[in-house]
Amino acid sequence: MVANHTISILVINEAGVLSRIVDLFSGRGYNIESLTVAPTIDKNYSRVTIVTQGDDRVIEQINKQLNRLIPIIKVMDLPTGDAIETEIVLAKVYVTDETRAEIIKVADLCGARVLDITDKTYTLQLVGDDKQIRALGEMLRPIGVKEFIRSGKVALSRGNQFANINLD
Amino acid sequence: MGKNDMYTGAQILLKSLVKEGVKEIFGYPGGVIIPLYDAIYLQNDIKHYLVRHEQAAIHAAEGYSRVTGKCGVALVTSGPGACNAITGIANAYYDGYPLVVFTGQVGLDQIGNDAFQEADMIGITRSCCKHNYLVKDVKDLARIIKEAFHIATTGKPGPVVIDLPKNILTSKTTFSYPKQVKLVGYKPNYQGHPLQIIRALELLCEAKKPVIISGGGVLQSDAHKELTELAQLLQIPVCHTLMGTGTYPADGPKYLGMLGMHGNYWANNAVMKADVIFAVGTRFNDRITGCLKTFAKDSRVIHIDIDPCSISKNVKVDIPIVGCAKNVLEAMLKRVKDKNLEETINTEARNKWFAKIDEWKQKRAIPRVEGEKLSAITVLNTIYEYTKNLNPVISTEVGQHQMWTAQIFKFNKPRSFVTSGGLGTMGFGFPAAMGACAGAPHRPVINIAGDGSIQMNIQEMMTCVDYGFKVINCVMNNGYLGMVRQWQEKLCEKHYSETKISSPDFVKLAESYGALGIRVEKEEEIIPALERALASKTPVMIDFIVESFEMVYPWVLAGQPLDNVILSDECEV
Repeated sequence: MVANHTISILVINEAGVLSRIVDLFSGRGYNIESLTVAPTIDKNYSRVTIVTQGDDRVIEQINKQLNRLIPIIKVMDLPTGDAIETEIVLAKVYVTDETRAEIIKVADLCGARVLDITDKTYTLQLVGDDKQIRALGEMLRPIGVKEFIRSGKVALSRGNQFANINLD
Repeated sequence: MGKNDMYTGAQILLKSLVKEGVKEIFGYPGGVIIPLYDAIYLQNDIKHYLVRHEQAAIHAAEGYSRVTGKCGVALVTSGPGACNAITGIANAYYDGYPLVVFTGQVGLDQIGNDAFQEADMIGITRSCCKHNYLVKDVKDLARIIKEAFHIATTGKPGPVVIDLPKNILTSKTTFSYPKQVKLVGYKPNYQGHPLQIIRALELLCEAKKPVIISGGGVLQSDAHKELTELAQLLQIPVCHTLMGTGTYPADGPKYLGMLGMHGNYWANNAVMKADVIFAVGTRFNDRITGCLKTFAKDSRVIHIDIDPCSISKNVKVDIPIVGCAKNVLEAMLKRVKDKNLEETINTEARNKWFAKIDEWKQKRAIPRVEGEKLSAITVLNTIYEYTKNLNPVISTEVGQHQMWTAQIFKFNKPRSFVTSGGLGTMGFGFPAAMGACAGAPHRPVINIAGDGSIQMNIQEMMTCVDYGFKVINCVMNNGYLGMVRQWQEKLCEKHYSETKISSPDFVKLAESYGALGIRVEKEEEIIPALERALASKTPVMIDFIVESFEMVYPWVLAGQPLDNVILSDECEV
C-alpha cells in the first residue's frame, strides 16, 4: 500500500551530502514530497527530513539505500501520525478595505500570526501540520493569496526514542 | 620539525599507496596531474603502466583486482581523461570489485569556472561509485586515501574516486599514514544473525527440493570452499550466476552450472520448481530471475548478502541474512557439524528431486548448424579442451561469445573467469585481460572476443606489446553484433538494423602493433593456432572466421518466466 512516510536522516555536515541524497532519490525513481535540512545542535552533523511516498518495499529500499551512503549516520522512518510533525508556512495576501477584517479573522481562526503589514499586503505565519496549513490556504485563496511558501516538514519521534547515536 | 619532513601532495599520494601495498597502477597522464607523474618518475616502488585510453586503465585495474583479490588502482587526468574513465568505474561498481581511482582536477581556485579540462567528477561519478572525495586540503590527503581503500575493499566492494585538484599535488605538508579509519556512517555487517542462521538451516534440512544459487559474493569473500562443503554435506544442488562462475567446482556432485537467460535448462527448472532457494551473494538481477512475478512463486527464499539493499529488492526474501558469505557459511557449517544436521535430511524426497533434475538434464540445447564456416561453439570447445589444464584466466567481452564461453568453459576454482556482468560492457575483456596479466603473470590469459567488442578497446594491443602482456585474443569473427542480431532475428523479423559490422584485417593489424596475428578458417587449424599462441612471446590475435547466424541457446526471452527456455531453432515461444 502506497503511503506517505517521513524519513529523518542524520548526516555528517560536509559538502555534497545533500546532493548524494537527492541524487539517490532521482536516480532510483523515488519521489520527494518535501525536504528540509539544517545543522543539528552539534554543527558537525545535519538533519535532513524527507517526506516521500511508496509501498513498504519501496520505503524499505529507500531506507537501505540511504544507509549505504557513507556520510549518512542514521536513517529513521517515522510513520505518519506516530511522530511529532510540524511545518511552517508564510502566506502573503492582498489586502483591500473590504478584506482587511476577514483576513484577520481567518488568521485568528487558524492560529496564524501576522508578521508583516503593508497597505497592500499582510504576511501571515502558521506553524502546524499538513491539514492546518492546507486549511489556511483554502480559506485565504478566495481572498487573494500572492505567495504561499511552505518550509517542508520537520519531524521527531515521540517519547523516549532517539535518532542520535553515540558519536564517539 | 625540519624542512625535510615536508612532502608534496603527489609524494604523499605515492607514499600512501606504498603503505597500502600497491605495487602496480594503470594510468594516463595529462595537464593537471603532471606533478604526480613527476613524483612517479622519481620513485621505484610503484610500477606504472601507460595505457592507450583511460577507460582501459580502469578495466585493467579491475581485471587485476579480479585475479588477485587486491584493490586495483588507476590514475587519470581531469576533464576528458576522467570522463573516459566513467564506463570503467561504473563497470566495477555494478560487479562489485574494489578500485581506487585518482582523477585529476583543476586547481581549487578554478573549480566551477569552466576551466580548461574541468569536469565535475564528484557530480558525474556520484551514482556509479561507492564513494567519492574531492581533496580540498593536502592535510586530508593521507586520511582520504586510507578511507578510500577501506571503503573500496570492505562490505560490498566497489570503486572509490578521489578527485585531486592540481594545487593539492604541489602543496606541502608532513606525512603520517593513519592506522585506522573512523567512519561513523560506514560499518558493514560481517556476521550473520545467529537466529537467522538457525532458521535457515532448519528450512534447508526440511527442504524436499532445495537449490543453491551461488553469486559473485561467494567469490569476493573467498567462500567457495565453505559453500562447496555445505552444499555437499546438506546434499543441495548448486547453480551459479555469471559472476559466481567458479565458486562451485564444475566436476563436483550436483553441479547444475549457470542459470539465467542463457543458463542451463535444468538449472532454471530446478530454481523454478525448488521449494527452498538458498541464494548466496547474488542480487537477483533480471538476467537470472526472468519474469519476477513468476520467479520463486511457490518457494521460500533464504538470502545471504553483505549489502542489505540486495535483500528483498527484486525477490521477496523469507529468511534474510545480512553478512559476509564466508562468515555466515562458516557458522552454518559449524552448526551442521556440531548437531549432525546432515542426518536430518529427508533422503527419500531428495532422491526424487535429484532424479527429477537428472531428467531435466536430458534436455540440452541444440546449436544451429549451417554453412561452410567454422562454428564459434566448436572453436570455443576446442580452446577449452586445449587449455583447461593450463590454469588459464579466461576473460570475455560482451555478447554471444561471452555466453558461449560461460556455457562451455568449466571452472573448478574462482578468479579464473573475468567478464562484465552487471553493466555488460563491450570493450571490457581486452583491457581486463591486460590487468590480469599484470596480476597473474604466470598464468596464460585468454580473451574471448567478438569482432564488435574487440574493436572497442583494440588500441590496448600497443600497451600489451610494450609491457609483454601476452594476452591471447580469440576473436569470434562473424561479421555481426551477434547478440543484438540474435534478438533482431527473433523479435524484429530479421531486420538486422545496424548490426552488420566490418572489421580490419586483424592479422595485419596485430602485426602492425608488433603482435602475432593468426587467421583460422578450418577446424584443423584451431589447435596449431593455439600452440603458436601459447608459445608466442608477444600478445596474440587469432581471427576465427565463424558462421554469422549462430544462436545462443538455451535462451529465455527478456521478461519471460525462467523456465520458458528456447533450446533450439525448433522451439516455439
